[in-house]
Amino acid sequence: MSPQIKPILIALRRHKAGTVLIALQIALTLAIVCNALFIIHQRLANMADLSGVDEANVFVIKNQWAVDASTQQVDAQVRADLLALRQLPGVRDAAPASGYPLQGGGWDNFVTMTPDQVEPTTDSAVYTGDEHLLDTLGVHLIAGRNFHPDEVVELGTQQAIIPPVAIVSKTLADRLFPDGSALGKSFYAMGATPSTIIGIVDPLHRQGTSQWNQPYAGQSLIWPLRADDARGIFYIVRARPGQLAAAMREAPKALYAQSRMRMIDPKDGIQDYAEIRHKAYDSDRGMAILMGIISAVLLAITAAGIVGLTSFWVGQRRKQIGVRRALGATRGDILNYFLTENLLIGIGAVLVGAVLAVGINLWMVTQFEMARLSLVYVAVGVIALLLLGQGAVLAPALRASQVSPVEATRSV
Amino acid sequence: MMFAYYFQLGLRSLRRNPALTALMVMAIGFGVAASMITYSVFRAVSGNPIPDKSAQLFTPQVDSWGPQQNEKGDPPDALDYTDAMALIRTHEAKRQTLLYPVQMSVMPGGSRDLPMAAKGYAVGSDFFPMFEVPFLYGTGWSAQEDESRGSDVVISDQLNQRLFAGADSVGRTVTLNGHDYRVVGVTSHWDPRPRFFDLFSTDGFDDASDFYMPFTRALDLQMRTGGRNSCRGKLTFTTWDGWLQSNCVWITPWVELDSADEVARYRSFLDSYAADQQRAGRFNWAPNVRLRDVVQMLDHEHVVPPESRISLIVALAFFVICLVNTIGLLLAKFLRRAGEIGVRRALGATRREIYAQYLIEAGTVGLAGGVLGLLLTAVGVSGVGILFQPQIARLAHLDLSLIGLTMLVAIVATMLAAFYPAWRAANVQPAWQLKSN
Repeated sequence: MSPQIKPILIALRRHKAGTVLIALQIALTLAIVCNALFIIHQRLANMADLSGVDEANVFVIKNQWAVDASTQQVDAQVRADLLALRQLPGVRDAAPASGYPLQGGGWDNFVTMTPDQVEPTTDSAVYTGDEHLLDTLGVHLIAGRNFHPDEVVELGTQQAIIPPVAIVSKTLADRLFPDGSALGKSFYAMGATPSTIIGIVDPLHRQGTSQWNQPYAGQSLIWPLRADDARGIFYIVRARPGQLAAAMREAPKALYAQSRMRMIDPKDGIQDYAEIRHKAYDSDRGMAILMGIISAVLLAITAAGIVGLTSFWVGQRRKQIGVRRALGATRGDILNYFLTENLLIGIGAVLVGAVLAVGINLWMVTQFEMARLSLVYVAVGVIALLLLGQGAVLAPALRASQVSPVEATRSV
Repeated sequence: MMFAYYFQLGLRSLRRNPALTALMVMAIGFGVAASMITYSVFRAVSGNPIPDKSAQLFTPQVDSWGPQQNEKGDPPDALDYTDAMALIRTHEAKRQTLLYPVQMSVMPGGSRDLPMAAKGYAVGSDFFPMFEVPFLYGTGWSAQEDESRGSDVVISDQLNQRLFAGADSVGRTVTLNGHDYRVVGVTSHWDPRPRFFDLFSTDGFDDASDFYMPFTRALDLQMRTGGRNSCRGKLTFTTWDGWLQSNCVWITPWVELDSADEVARYRSFLDSYAADQQRAGRFNWAPNVRLRDVVQMLDHEHVVPPESRISLIVALAFFVICLVNTIGLLLAKFLRRAGEIGVRRALGATRREIYAQYLIEAGTVGLAGGVLGLLLTAVGVSGVGILFQPQIARLAHLDLSLIGLTMLVAIVATMLAAFYPAWRAANVQPAWQLKSN
């Protein structure tokens, strides 16, 4: 394609500073953009995690109790509240809970296979609820059965009660019993007695979306407990299709009609899942946006920089170009010259840039527990920057090819 | 004099290659703005919230979980009830407090209104002088009140505004969760960020607290923590007392130690306490204690979110690339005028003068870039809520120091970038240029 590599290299040696600057800029841009795109990909992957919840129809009420009460009193109130919520015309089902997927609360227990094991096998998010919880969340039961009403017991304030049965997420079931035989088997979750797996749901996200949760992603269990904590409770409510807004308006009224001695924060006491998801992934979304903006501006500035410097070179070499044209070089030859020159600089730069990209990632891995950069990103980045360079150099190179052979005769 | 003239020349030259100049100004502007926006957030989350006392305030940690269950060799970040009580009873430090967050209801206008949620802390009387809590009315309670487990309360100016319309409410009564408390003090606005004293239950950036009540009173009322509660091993408790005796950690202790001697003494006290526990058979592992001051604690708890660090680093790298870009463009811009430089040199201008002229010209580019950067920073800081979590984003603001820093960084960075291009300009050979013209 290009028979003139050697003269180009010789010419570049006369423009060392400019060559190094363009190359440096391409190399650094490649290093940063690869890592930024990788961060964007990871964050978007987080945001795409399935919660397992019927998010279009479910909302959550954070209900705090206003006066101290015994567990029995709280339990009576919780039962009355749930009855009132389930009777609302727009409501399909409602359940008591101590937390909910993506955001609410942060209850997790270590899990062991035997009661004497000290080093935990893994960690599981803990949800509590009654026999209505599965239907209320809309999670899919893929094996086994739901809780029976008589299995649900009261959980008073700060009590450590380990129910004999549990429903677990498929991820946890597979983690504990990789051969797929989890149903009917038992595990220990920080209790002296085991819980037997009676049902498996898939998926069921943990409460948290933070980095700490990553190694245990998707591992969760549900215990048949009615959370009668003296401090407060979450009511999870599933509206009938299309009735979400109406149900969210009616639910607090129904609760206050039951008793006024409760607090539902006017600002964020009632949230639908769109809002919960939005808040849960605040920082992921922010990072993705910021990295996106920086990458876009960076590529634009690098392209503009190449245009600027190459234009300068073309201006400087008008006479030489004229001479070459006068000696018989075609316009195509001139165009080819500048494209090849840029390609040579670009190839040198992306080699350095690729090494830098991996180096930066390795440093981030040690500093921020980030994942290893996939080499696909580096490859894509390399191709993108080479194309960007060729695109940027096209306009000045075309202008160079328009230089008339007459220029050779000027001002000599 | 010469400076003013060169500055004018610089301004005039901005208009000479408008496209090239615009490109440089934009590179500097975007680069400096990205750095400043992310820095404004980083500055807010990484600051020292109590600079004059941060080296005297310490959190003691005792390993009550043992090597197999502790935090990768580190003791838990809070104390269980047993250790907290044992440490506080010895009065080993001049000032000391235990604390944990509590949530309660307040009745604003008697029983007609709906109850309102209030967040506060159960603390000891030393809390107020230790952390230099400022008071609008009254003061904290006395050490005697700690002992007599009284129903005193200190409320925030905000809660005072809601309940008493901002009047001096000392001596009046507030009802929290159905129990009456006597107001002994009203704080002025006090919301240290990060909230260094409670990094166990908060990420450091929670909503401001509404009240402070005696720790002893909270225990009498069996008030559960409104914050984190972290346990190990097998959990069997079903009552308040059972929970208190468990290995669950939920209490944050603080001690004030004024000299290196006191710190050393307290450290050896902690060691001997843990050794006593080992001898008594409560711990069957060697003493493993820590005594971290405020700054060490902020670092240990990773108060600065990784997002904030990563975005600052990426923004700074972005700025560096913008500067490399600027070096190249300045080189093109300056050397384009090689002929003009040659004439000036032939007419007697020294290299030094050319150098100064071109540096100052770069300074004007930096100035223009700084102005653009400032505009972009202002836009960015107001829109930073899109990029960071609301509780962190709202801490970022554009103040005089950030404005000054933006301009300074833009100008200085551009002039640094101009060192090489200006040197090349100053080294233009007059004879060469005159010949070819």
